[in-house]
Amino acid sequence: MSDKRHSRLEAQKTPAGVFAALGDTTRLSMLTRLSNGEPQSISRLTAGTSLSRQAVTKHLRVLAEAGIVRNVRVGRENLFALEPRPLAELRDFLDRIAKEWDGALARLKAHVEG
Amino acid sequence: MTDRIEKAIELKAPVSRVWRALTDHREFGTWFRVRLDGPFVSGQVSRGQVTYPGYEHVRWEAIVQKMEPERLFSFTWHPYAVDPNQDYSGEPPTLVEFTLEPTATGTLLRVVESGFDKLPSRRRFEAFRMNDGGWSEQINNIARHVGQAP
Repeated sequence: MSDKRHSRLEAQKTPAGVFAALGDTTRLSMLTRLSNGEPQSISRLTAGTSLSRQAVTKHLRVLAEAGIVRNVRVGRENLFALEPRPLAELRDFLDRIAKEWDGALARLKAHVEG
Repeated sequence: MTDRIEKAIELKAPVSRVWRALTDHREFGTWFRVRLDGPFVSGQVSRGQVTYPGYEHVRWEAIVQKMEPERLFSFTWHPYAVDPNQDYSGEPPTLVEFTLEPTATGTLLRVVESGFDKLPSRRRFEAFRMNDGGWSEQINNIARHVGQAP
């Protein structure tokens, strides 16, 4: 998908989905398991957890709707992979605004202490 | 990662002084780099013109929420609303809260900006486009500059 098209599709969503998707410890741990970049099957994501296959599927759907996880078909296998871009963009945006606050507060400090 | 930005800064000035710097519209304008049309009044819209070099074409607008003397000052606004061709008024605003707390040496000021989860994703891309090394670089320069001041 081209960057432009990706941007347009992304623009239809709000970061709320991303934040909501991240606000759950089970999903966070699933993302950790996917964070090595290797696409994984539902069975593999379920293995070693106390979660049912159904629960994992449900969580994957939330992550996919938020655009943080995408579906990858490899042959007949249905795999899931981490999509780091929305997370990186969100972090970058917040970092930028945080930097503006740093600048403003530094000026305030000089103003009241001067 | 959270939907908010939190900052805290120790100021070597009494709470009353910091409160004035925050809520007197002229003083606010000095360090925030905006020329405001009039005083802040709780529940009312505050308008003005950005004076930040390179961004003088940008109108400033916020709605003052709370003014609890020497304790809490808050307003809602549209962060990073720097594109004059863009109408931001339909977007959910973010909430900026300044809280003041006296310390042994002056004031602990906290700033929390929240509500980023409600912003359209489009705004993230906008921020990328704006990232031509202009604004953020300037901010860094100024922060470095005043950081060296006593």
